[in-house]
Amino acid sequence: MAYLDHAATTPMLPQAVDRMAELLGGVGNASSLHAAGRRARRVVEESRETVAGALGARPSEVVFTSGGTESDNLAVKGLYWSRRAQDDRRRRILVGAAEHHAVLDPAIWLAASEGAELVLVPVDGMGRVEPAALRAAIETAPDEVALVSVMWANNEVGTVSAIPELAALAAEYEIPLHTDAVQAVGGLAVDFAACGAAALTVTGHKLGGPVGVGGLLLGRDVECAPLLHGGGQERDVRSGTLDVPAIAAFALAVELAVQRRAEQASWLASLRDELVRRVVEVVPDAQLNGDPSSDPERRLPGTAHFSFPGCEGDALLMLLDARGVECSTGSACSAGVARPSHVLIAMGQDEERARSSLRFSLGHCSTGADVDALVAAIGPAVERARSAGRTAR
Amino acid sequence: MKVLAAMSGGVDSAVAAARAVDAGHDVTGVHLALSQTPASHRDGARGCCTLEDARDARRAADVIGIPYYVWDVAERFSRDVVDDFIAEYAAGRTPNPCVRCNERIKFAAVLDRAVALGFDAVCTGHYARVVDGRLFRAADAGKDQSYVLAVLRPEQLAAAMFPLGGSLKSQVRAEAADRGLSVAEKPDSHDICFISSGDTAGWLRERLGSAPGDIIDESGDVVGRHDGAYAFTVGQRRGLALTRPRPDHAPRYVLSISPVERTVTVATAERLAVSRVECGPPTWSGAVCEMPLTSVMAQVRAHGGPVDCRADVVDGRLVVEVVPGLTGVAPGQTLVLYDGEAVLGSATIDRTA
Ligand SMILES: Cc1ncc(COP(=O)(O)O)c(C=O)c1O
Repeated sequence: MAYLDHAATTPMLPQAVDRMAELLGGVGNASSLHAAGRRARRVVEESRETVAGALGARPSEVVFTSGGTESDNLAVKGLYWSRRAQDDRRRRILVGAAEHHAVLDPAIWLAASEGAELVLVPVDGMGRVEPAALRAAIETAPDEVALVSVMWANNEVGTVSAIPELAALAAEYEIPLHTDAVQAVGGLAVDFAACGAAALTVTGHKLGGPVGVGGLLLGRDVECAPLLHGGGQERDVRSGTLDVPAIAAFALAVELAVQRRAEQASWLASLRDELVRRVVEVVPDAQLNGDPSSDPERRLPGTAHFSFPGCEGDALLMLLDARGVECSTGSACSAGVARPSHVLIAMGQDEERARSSLRFSLGHCSTGADVDALVAAIGPAVERARSAGRTAR
Repeated sequence: MKVLAAMSGGVDSAVAAARAVDAGHDVTGVHLALSQTPASHRDGARGCCTLEDARDARRAADVIGIPYYVWDVAERFSRDVVDDFIAEYAAGRTPNPCVRCNERIKFAAVLDRAVALGFDAVCTGHYARVVDGRLFRAADAGKDQSYVLAVLRPEQLAAAMFPLGGSLKSQVRAEAADRGLSVAEKPDSHDICFISSGDTAGWLRERLGSAPGDIIDESGDVVGRHDGAYAFTVGQRRGLALTRPRPDHAPRYVLSISPVERTVTVATAERLAVSRVECGPPTWSGAVCEMPLTSVMAQVRAHGGPVDCRADVVDGRLVVEVVPGLTGVAPGQTLVLYDGEAVLGSATIDRTA
C-alpha cells in the first residue's frame, strides 16, 4: 500500500504515541487544585512552553484547541466579534480565495448571519495571495476591515503566501491578520513573532501528533471573543477541560517536527521532485498545479498536485485505490461527492481542469517505494479514466 | 467478474451486493448521488437521496467488506429524469421517473462509466430475473420490478445483474438481518425519490406555477375548478374538487387532460375503458418480435395487472388492442408486453381510443 495522502493526515510519530499512551492511564484535571491537578497542569504548561518555543511564540500566546477547524473558527469569528465591538463599522472580512473551508465557511456564515461583508482576496494562477491584491482589497475601505485571513501554505496545491509581508501590510492599517499554518508547520520555517500575524492556526494530526488537538497562537494584546464559553481554561478565550495526554503528544510532535524540519523538508522535496518527474514521464500531458518553483520557501516540500486532462479525479482515485495507491481529490461534500476544487477555480482554472485533479502528498514516513507504486499505477489508471471520460456527466 | 454494485442505502441493494460477493465477484459499491442538495434525513418511506442513505450505503459496504465510493450523477439525473418529469406533466402526460432513471442513468450513464472503468456488470437490488439474456418477472410477484426495467435493450441487460430476482422480499430482509446489515428493518422506499415531501402536485406547482382552469364533463359543462392540470393523471379520482355532482352521484374520474386549454375532463368509470393503446416506437428487450403478436399480455402501470392483448407495429409505432378493455391508461406511462413471465419489450403510451 502506498499512502500518498499525508496532507489529509499523517501517522503519529512513535514518540508522540508513547507520550500519549504513558499519560492516558493517569488522572488529573488541569484545573483542579490538588496534587493530581497540579501534575496535569504542569504537563499542560510544559507543553505550552514547548509549542511556544518551537513556533516563536510566548507561552501565554498558545491557546490549546481541538484542532485546525476550531482554531480557524475561533480566529475568524472571535476577531470579527471583537473588532466589531470596538468599532461597528468594521464588518469587512478579507479572506484568501483559496482558503480551507475551516476559514471560508465561518466567514461565509458571519456574512449570512452576523452582518459581516465577505471579501475574497484573489489569488494568482499559482494560488498565492500577492501583497498588491491584499492592499487593493484593504484600500477599498480600510476603516471597515475587521480582519484578514490568509493561509500560510495551501493544503491542495502547496503554494506558500508571504505571510510576513502580508501581515506587515495589514499592520500598516492596524488590521489583525490570521494565518492558517496547518500545512506549513513542520514543512516550512514558521515563527509567530517574526511573521507579525495576530493569530496563527496549527493542528496536531498533520505533523505527527494526534487528531483532535491543536492550537491557536494569539498575540498577547489581540482581543478575540470566545467561541466556547465555560470554565475559561485557556485565557478565557477557550473553555473546556484540557486533554492532557493529547496536548502533551501534540507538543512533542510540534517540537520534533520543527527540529527535523530542515533536513526532512529537503529530502521530502527531492522525493516530491522525483514523483513529479516520473509521473510526467508516464503521463506527459499531466499538468502540475501550484508553484513549480525550486525555491523551497515558495511551496510545501511534500505536495504534488496534478490535473490529468480528460479524466475525472474521482475515477482516477478509485482506480488508484484499487491498486493500493491512496491519494485525494481535494474536497468532498458530506455525502462523499467529490467536488471541483474551489482552490483551482480560484486559481483561474476551469471546472473541467478542477475536476480532473489529484493531490499526492508525502510525509515523514514516505519512501521511494511509495513513489514507485504510484508510477506503476498511474499510467493504466489515467488511460482507463480517460476512456471513461465524463460519461456520467 | 468485476461488478459495480449500485447501493442506494436500502436493504435490497445491500443484499444484492452481498450476494454478488458470495458469487465470487470482485465487487465495488457505489452510491449514486442524485441530488445536488441532499436533505439530511429521510422521512419514513419517502425518498432515497439523503445523506442518511449515503451513510447507510457506506455502512452496508463496510459490513459486506467492499470498497465504497459516491458517484455524482446529479446533473445527469436532473436533466434526464427530473426535467423530463416536469416537462411530461406540463404536457398533460404522466411520466414514470423510475423507468427513465433505469433507461438513462443506471443502465446508461452509470453503466457506460462502469464499463469504461473496467467493470463487467452493474448489480442492483431490483426484483427481476435475467435468464439467457432475457428479462423475466421476479419470483416475488408483489415486488416484481420487471415493468420498470423493460425499457432496457439487450446490450444493457447483458451487463445487468439482479441477484434478488429469485427471492421473496421477506427472505431478503431475513438475510439482511443474518448478515448483520443494519438496513434490514429499513422501510421500503416508494413514491418519487426526488420529491421528499411525497406531495407531487405541490412539488409541481412550485415549479410550474399555478395554472388554474376548468374541470369539465364530456358535454363541456364546467363541473369544478383546478389549480393546475399537471396535478392530475388519467384515471385519478382523488383530489378532484367537483362542485356540481352528477344527479346519480356516480363517481367521476379524470378522462383526459388538455394542458393548452387548461381543462381536465372527467367522466364515469365505464367511459374510461379503452380498447386501443397507441404508443411510440417499441424497445425490444430481447430479440425483435415478429408482428403481429397475438397471444401476449400488456401492462400499463407499475402496479397494474397484465391483460391479454394483440400487438402490432404500424409505421414504426407500437399499437396494442386489448379485449375486453383497460381503464385509466395514462399517456406518458410505459406499456410493457409480456409473454407469460418473459418481457418482450416496451413503449411509451401516446394516446388511447
Ligand atoms: C489548511 C487546513 N486548515 C484546517 C484544517 C482542519 O484541521 P483539523 O482537521 O485539525 O480540524 C486542515 C485539515 O484538513 C487544513 O489542511
